[in-house]
Amino acid sequence: MGKVIVVTSGKGGVGKTTSTAALGAALAQRNEKVVVVDFDVGLRNLDLVMGAERRVVYDLVNVIQGDAKLTQALIRDKRIENLFLLPASQTRDKDNLTPEGVEWVINELKRYFDWVICDSPAGIERGATLAMRHADVAVVVTNPEVSSVRDSDRIIGLLDSKTVKAERGERMEKHLLLTRFDQNRAARGDMLKVEDVLEILSIPLLGIIPESMDVLKASNIGAPVTIADAKSAPAQAYFEAARRLAGEDIPVTMPEEKRGLFGKIFSRRAA
Amino acid sequence: MTKVQTDSRSIRIKGRSFLAVVLTPELPLDQWLERLDDLAARSAGFFLGRPVVLDVTDLQIDRQQLGEFLAHLAERNVRIMGIEGARHSMIAPGMPPVLKGGRPAGDVDVASVEPVAIAVQPAVSDSGDLQTEPQATVLQAPRSALQSLVINEPVRSGQSIIFTEGDVTIVGSVASGAEVIAGGSVHVYGTLRGRAMAGSVGNSQARIFCRKLEAELIAIDGIYKMAEDLPTDLLGQPVQVWLEGDAIVAGKVN
Ligand SMILES: Nc1ncnc2c1ncn2[C@@H]1O[C@H](COP(=O)(O)OP(=O)(O)O)[C@@H](O)[C@H]1O
Ligand SMILES: [Mg+2]
Repeated sequence: MGKVIVVTSGKGGVGKTTSTAALGAALAQRNEKVVVVDFDVGLRNLDLVMGAERRVVYDLVNVIQGDAKLTQALIRDKRIENLFLLPASQTRDKDNLTPEGVEWVINELKRYFDWVICDSPAGIERGATLAMRHADVAVVVTNPEVSSVRDSDRIIGLLDSKTVKAERGERMEKHLLLTRFDQNRAARGDMLKVEDVLEILSIPLLGIIPESMDVLKASNIGAPVTIADAKSAPAQAYFEAARRLAGEDIPVTMPEEKRGLFGKIFSRRAA
Repeated sequence: MTKVQTDSRSIRIKGRSFLAVVLTPELPLDQWLERLDDLAARSAGFFLGRPVVLDVTDLQIDRQQLGEFLAHLAERNVRIMGIEGARHSMIAPGMPPVLKGGRPAGDVDVASVEPVAIAVQPAVSDSGDLQTEPQATVLQAPRSALQSLVINEPVRSGQSIIFTEGDVTIVGSVASGAEVIAGGSVHVYGTLRGRAMAGSVGNSQARIFCRKLEAELIAIDGIYKMAEDLPTDLLGQPVQVWLEGDAIVAGKVN
């Protein structure tokens, strides 16, 4: 049985969709079967980041309503053959997602894929709670700023109460993915420090993804950054996070300033 | 130590908890009602003046059936103060409020025979949004005089821990946008960023302790202080807060 991951955050625009695509492609490059599922019904995005927007025929809502078979809705990636996308509907709204329908789809996907990665919509409403409901593992995407951290904290509370795992009295495995980390702003002290975010959220760190033009370039050509430019700093950080998700025990590397102006943030800021 | 006066006419907001009788009806409902009548006949006035909560968690009935059932109970002078475990679709306007977060407090022995399953639990004192309550802290034993609740994880934004029976100890931080309401004292072995209310059922001896004070609001026995009223030299410090008369006093603990 595959593992179900929810990529969630509470706040919008923090990098959930970017991370879902990048982690999915990174895990698929380890020769594991991966499907990324877009739960952002009405505001779908994952198809664009995956470069599959023109290949969407059926979507998650069609499958749930029985208008299409699951296999008809799955889109195979053109670059990595064991990477698939289950797109969201752009025209319907999230009320079309029923709890029973979502449960059925996730259980089916778990039978065929090693990883089922669910891209959650922003907010704490139905769409977000349905996306997390059947997860085994949560990747909590957070930017180093107060509002994002507080929203993530709220989401962690929901992960611990509103999921099937929580209702069974089990612990949901949660990881913090700190994204859009800007070295220059960090050096100026304009952002929360990594230690502070970790102290507030107190869940283990999966990785730190630098703010980078490479992410925008990748999404403009319709490719996850881990496919578009595997050598780039954000891609490297996502590869590292994917290894950690797969169970490898490796230290988290701090994103480095390209020109070496500041060196490692941690050593510079060590008290 | 810093001493700060508050307006002596502060508004007091308190929680209160009552021990409620919980009825867990089973299908078929008419037979269950017969057994209830039998019980009532043998222990007259058992339900009189008691808060009764209806637990419908495992009951497969719809809104109309629930409405009729409530009417049958009303005929028997069983007044329902709240409904637990109901799906939203079951609740019609005018029905008793939906309760969450009740804690078991032992079974009630009624006339030694138990034709109807009855359990007693402290009723929640507010909307009952008690989201975090680790299994280990669920009270199984009947209430004793002094109780404490220990939460071994951080209290997250949006969560409220409400425990009017005694002290609450959080081994972790209380997030901004989270709240802890205790009948006794509140102990936070971490940073207190959210709200803490101690002595919430009228206990001026209760105190608040935290390893690091960054609270949004603190209150003891209904007298409160907002973040901006807290002495700045105590921010980020290990602090205890107590009441002297009607004034909240805070000082460093070392
Ligand atoms: N590491 C990054 N560096 C630069 N831009 C980023 C980074 N991560 C995300 N973005 C950009 O931020 C915006 C929001 O990202 P997205 O993944 O859609 O967030 P969400 O799904 O959480 O709403 C997008 O324009 C995306 O390209
Ligand atoms: Mg998104």
